[in-house]
Amino acid sequence: MPRRDDIKKILVIGSGPIVIGQACEFDYSGAQACKVLMNDGYEVVLVNSNPATIMTDPELATRTYVEPITPQFVEKVIAAERPDALLPTLGGQTGLNCAVACAEAGILDAYGVELIGARLDVIKKGEDRQLFAEAMRRIGLEVPRSGYAHSLEEATAVADGLGFPVVIRPSFTLGGAGGGIAYNAEEFRDIVMHGLALSPVTEVLVEESVIGWKEFEMEVMRDRNDNAVIVCSIENFDPMGVHTGDSITVAPAQTLTDREYQMMRDASIAIMREIGVETGGSNVQFAINPDDGRMVVIEMNPRVSRSSALASKATGFPIAKIAARLAVGYTLDEIDNDITRETPACFEPSIDYTVVKVPRWAFEKFRGTDETLTTRMKSVGEAMAIGRTFEEAFGKAMRSLENGRGGLGADGKDSFEEHKFDQFLAVPNESRPFYLAEALRRGRPIDELNEITRIDKWFLGRLAATIEVERSLEGRSLDSLTAEDLYRAKRHGLSDAQIAHLTVSTEASVRAVRKALGVRPTFKSVDTCAAEFAAYTPYYYKTYEDEDEVAVAERPRVMILGAGPNRIGQGIEFDYCCVHASYALHDAGFETVMVNCNPETVSTDYDTSDRLYFEPLTFEDVMDIVDAEKPVGVVVTFGGQTPLKLARALEAAGVPIMGTSPEAIDLAEDRSRFAPILDELGIEYPAAGTASSLDEALAVARRIGFPLLVRPSYVLGGRGMVIAYDEQYLEKYMAEATRISPDHPVLLDRFLEGAVEVDVDAVCDGESVYIGGVMEHIEEAGIHSGDSACSIPPYSLGDDIVARIRKHAVDLALRLGVVGLMNVQFAVKDDQVYVLEVNPRASRTVPFVSKATGVPLAKVAARVMAGEKLAEMSLPPDDRELTRFCVKEAVMPFGRFPGADSVLGPEMKSTGEVMGVAGDFPAAYAKSQLAIDYSLPTGGTAFVSVSDRDKRQIVGVAKHLQLLGFSIMSTKGTARTLRAAGIPVTEVLKRHEGRPNILDEIANGNVQLVINTPFGQETRSDGFHIRSAAIHHGIPNITTLPAAMAVVQAIEAVKEGRLGVCALQDFEGVPTDGADA
Amino acid sequence: MTDRIPAIVAFEDGLVLSGWSCGAHGEAVGEACFNTSMAGYQEVFTDPSYAGQVITMTSPHIGNYGVNGVDMESRGCFATGVIVREMCHEPSNWRSEESLPEFLARNGVVAVEGVDTRRIVRHIREKGAMNVVISTVDLDGDSLVAKAKASPGLVGRDLVSEVAVREPYEWGDPVPGAGLPVDTGVLPATPRYRVVAFDSGIKYNILRNLAEAGCAVRVVPPTTTVDEVLAQEPDGVFLANGPGDPAAVDYLYTTLRGLLGLRPVFGICLGHQMLSLAAGAGTYKLKFGHRGGNQPVMNLRNGRVEITSQNHGFCVDFSSIGPLDVARSQGLEHDPGDLGAWVRSGVAPVVTSDAFGPVQLTHVNLNDMTVEGIRLLDVPAFSVQYHPEAAPGPHDAHYLFGEFTRLMDEARASSNPVNVPAKEG
Repeated sequence: MPRRDDIKKILVIGSGPIVIGQACEFDYSGAQACKVLMNDGYEVVLVNSNPATIMTDPELATRTYVEPITPQFVEKVIAAERPDALLPTLGGQTGLNCAVACAEAGILDAYGVELIGARLDVIKKGEDRQLFAEAMRRIGLEVPRSGYAHSLEEATAVADGLGFPVVIRPSFTLGGAGGGIAYNAEEFRDIVMHGLALSPVTEVLVEESVIGWKEFEMEVMRDRNDNAVIVCSIENFDPMGVHTGDSITVAPAQTLTDREYQMMRDASIAIMREIGVETGGSNVQFAINPDDGRMVVIEMNPRVSRSSALASKATGFPIAKIAARLAVGYTLDEIDNDITRETPACFEPSIDYTVVKVPRWAFEKFRGTDETLTTRMKSVGEAMAIGRTFEEAFGKAMRSLENGRGGLGADGKDSFEEHKFDQFLAVPNESRPFYLAEALRRGRPIDELNEITRIDKWFLGRLAATIEVERSLEGRSLDSLTAEDLYRAKRHGLSDAQIAHLTVSTEASVRAVRKALGVRPTFKSVDTCAAEFAAYTPYYYKTYEDEDEVAVAERPRVMILGAGPNRIGQGIEFDYCCVHASYALHDAGFETVMVNCNPETVSTDYDTSDRLYFEPLTFEDVMDIVDAEKPVGVVVTFGGQTPLKLARALEAAGVPIMGTSPEAIDLAEDRSRFAPILDELGIEYPAAGTASSLDEALAVARRIGFPLLVRPSYVLGGRGMVIAYDEQYLEKYMAEATRISPDHPVLLDRFLEGAVEVDVDAVCDGESVYIGGVMEHIEEAGIHSGDSACSIPPYSLGDDIVARIRKHAVDLALRLGVVGLMNVQFAVKDDQVYVLEVNPRASRTVPFVSKATGVPLAKVAARVMAGEKLAEMSLPPDDRELTRFCVKEAVMPFGRFPGADSVLGPEMKSTGEVMGVAGDFPAAYAKSQLAIDYSLPTGGTAFVSVSDRDKRQIVGVAKHLQLLGFSIMSTKGTARTLRAAGIPVTEVLKRHEGRPNILDEIANGNVQLVINTPFGQETRSDGFHIRSAAIHHGIPNITTLPAAMAVVQAIEAVKEGRLGVCALQDFEGVPTDGADA
Repeated sequence: MTDRIPAIVAFEDGLVLSGWSCGAHGEAVGEACFNTSMAGYQEVFTDPSYAGQVITMTSPHIGNYGVNGVDMESRGCFATGVIVREMCHEPSNWRSEESLPEFLARNGVVAVEGVDTRRIVRHIREKGAMNVVISTVDLDGDSLVAKAKASPGLVGRDLVSEVAVREPYEWGDPVPGAGLPVDTGVLPATPRYRVVAFDSGIKYNILRNLAEAGCAVRVVPPTTTVDEVLAQEPDGVFLANGPGDPAAVDYLYTTLRGLLGLRPVFGICLGHQMLSLAAGAGTYKLKFGHRGGNQPVMNLRNGRVEITSQNHGFCVDFSSIGPLDVARSQGLEHDPGDLGAWVRSGVAPVVTSDAFGPVQLTHVNLNDMTVEGIRLLDVPAFSVQYHPEAAPGPHDAHYLFGEFTRLMDEARASSNPVNVPAKEG
């Protein structure tokens, strides 16, 4: 049965911004799906609010709507496009929830849109735990005993029948948000209350604990002929109790007999049938009691998921692509396996290597939050590694995390909290693998560690084998090692850096000795079939074996170094740039070689580049690939800080770096060398200094005065960056800074309080400069650019200022000798333009600029790096008038980290971004807010409480709110200011002033909007509690004055019904206003 | 590191690899093959069809969950040799009774670990099946290559007589030669069918599946005559899997010819080749065989794809059975040897055998479009090349045991009702 011809136009809903629990894996799957549907001749209409995705590139769909993923906006798109079908299974939980909402609101029926891929009742049965449990009982499968509760009383009644510990899972929240494990009544009460508050249906599931059981996942696909295949089995290293997104996971399953495996396989397929997933992929999770093999079903997701992205990368079987084709009527046997070409997709991949995924957390950004790993996902990214053995893959994964570690310890960076050692083993946490390794080094038996951690003895045994190899090297000199010693170490996944530490030598010496002894890596293919058939897709991993499979290349190669695991400050934006570089360089005639270790990304799709190396981005691993591929150029400026950090070392090793020279990159980074250049160009910059000690820092402070922006050099995402208002705080900071980054000095800049910040992304070919975009930030200088909203074109800057900014950018690019991308941050204060920072590399805003202007900046830059001139590219004039406003807004993860402050500052904390597009700034800003919070209050009470410096300007905001029909509630100080301006205010007590206070008002639902600006380094203050309460209760929470002004305008735009929808393909036109009633 | 004993793997074409011993000491020669199953090594190594073969497991970690009494597929370990990338010496599983290296050593199976198994797979894939020697005693590559060359191949060799039982027994009674009690699965309280199963190297899970389908099974040596079979008054006859070249097992398919039409017949693997040979087909050796648990097979009678467990190096040539019966092939005139064309048309073609009339192609391997199943249309008999009993592998084709009992039901209905004979003592 071939594809369906009765549908022509398909609506695909993406997953929106990157948030914890829903990252760029949905860009990967969504992009695959859009591509394959377009190739099959369908028209694709896409809705996704995330501009940093490949999926929203205008050529990937017929019509691309960067609009909020809400039923209101999707309805407008449906009304404008009249699609025949809606494919809801590729946009994660967000896409699925929105599709369900559209279906339930009758929108799909009204416009005659068919849900394909999953029917409404199927989604419900998969998602609703009660229906799911009933379905499982019908087919004779066990689920953990459980009960639903809609109140604390009901929950307690259920828990009484189960005994502690119990698991609490709120219904319909993302990534298990609000869930947890309660070991006692007090914890139980807290988690239940929080879960009920977060659940959109005020419902939690209270469930028998299967903590400590072995955890498995199966990735299943089924077609409409009822053919079903298991794409991959995944075993969790961390037993039940830790969210799979926070667990180290291994593919394929390692500790199951065939009987157990087949039992799980049969169950997975039976579940697909019972739930009714007719076409597409699903993920089923199981727990197995390690003591008697009892198997229970935990849950299933009737859609493409994080695990399916991992399974696709782990096996080479493109689940999303095939799911999309199944949804339009193909059957599995009609689809070819891309990799083998000759065999069909209707088979089960066999893999002859081991895959390990390790999560990446960012707790250092969220001080004060609980770092225990639970059923609620907290990681912000992940790295995947492939090795022939688990040991090898595990070692590679541990050094892929971009946390400065050379592997699983033994790298000179081990440090342990001795008094809590066993607690670090027993309670799942980020450092547990290091504690495990250390415990093994200290000779603690596997049986004991298994008792403490419940981690399967097989895994512990593999770690012990690695530790044994490690110990066999320790204390020996590098010269005394034989080829056999080194070979064994490499086969156990030890890095050159670790071997260097163990033998007290250097990484460079280890590499030299290793090569001299002939201990060189080999590269093997990921081919879906364990080499049974020839593979045509050059998707490689490194290992130490006899035979190398790298194919001979026909064209010159360029290597693109990717961005590694997602973390805060380095996310999908850089992957987007790498992917574009790959496309552009392929078109320019090169064979492109992608190197990356992030399984969530489009860059690690075997379809993206001519060759893919799934490898860590360390010097050792990159050089091994350089040795194998002998590239004519390596791109280090597109993948963020990860490849940039390697630039110097690679260049020193004779690797040809493409584009801007590492020397120029350093020049821009080095204050003492860069300041004279700015002076020479006549560009203003804030007074600045560097310091390596407290005394030096204080001297700088005295010279240039407070407030100061203080930060370590060589960081991305503002790690460790603060604003110091006094000497006392500076002292505290310096003590810490030397710990975070001892090798680099601290930079101190005069902080321009209240300045407008402006970002520019530009491309320079050495002769001329193309200004990609001038972005005016909404939040003032001092808020990390990654966390602030910004607008293209600028909404308040005068033409003269913009012209000066453009000129400075051009001068800087030419003077620095930039060949490729450059980002400049400016601050505008009192009509004066200051340069804050210049980075001759891809910035986080490149995808946003590209979407907003229609010029694919990263591609342009890659072509320039390959030698093309801007003048030859017939780009539209970079100073043309843009007919619409595009606003980028950051998405914050504070809801995931109770206890951490949500105030914005110079250290970046956002995980992702959205874009709002409209004919005017307020409407565009409104859309950006709707894309994040899904609603803006249009009436009720606004709580307004601002710091003294904002008091004067808050009057206008409050007045505007009043005009829009809001009542104003304030604490004493702000109330006084507002009353003086003639605005009626209800006064409310601060937290420490008595009860009822503002927290009670928020908790009682009497506040619909919170505007609370902090001052200086207040911690655990009133403001902190107010912001936390707002986040907890899901109330929009504004912490800066400019944002408050913008929000008020946005609310006005919403109330006036000015929010239409428009497709990127219509870019030069006007938004289709009037679609709104 | 514990002291490791070196071992050598040498192929007849000169490829020599070194590794470490992880089974019995000694030397083994056989045909090199590889298996892509990611779980179920115990079932693989105890499958008698692997007699005469040195198995390379493509999955790098082998032995992780140990070995247990329940997962045995026969009375012993029949693989001639085993090659793995990484052997687990300290298994972890609640059912584990013994480590795999201990089990292999106890059963006298030479095994090697630490070699580039993927290289071996690619070598066999490109060069085809060939002889290999693995040794822990002779570490001289040249000498081993010479031994590999000198060894007879599998073609023309009857290995069935080496692995089959010598005495008949009832499934449920002690199995001759099996030291430990055998897991029989659920035996029918009141058997509905009496089946005679020829043991050409039968896997226990076939017997467990037959028992669970309601059959009382008498397992008989492959040399059992037609009269001896009929004396059991069976409702059906089963032909099992087994090792080696099917063409060399002429006594068995000759016997089968005498039984076809008298009793419903179901064959698996070698049993499928026996039925095909009985119907006049030729067989040939595949370049490197199908061995694994992920092989897609299309059932042409319903258009569904089954993921199957397979282990065969020889294959049936469908077109050699006889001329195409166009009328019974929905009027299509594709070449009966071009199985891909029939798959694309979704039609199960029929050819005419001299001895037994129309024979339908029922199952095709979608990877290489080779024959995976046939059915005689005038005689109650069908067979599949793959392993519906799984162990190891998926259970997708379990329905075939039901088809066998249905055939026996039909046969009963069309003739005089046959009383289910009581189990013999």
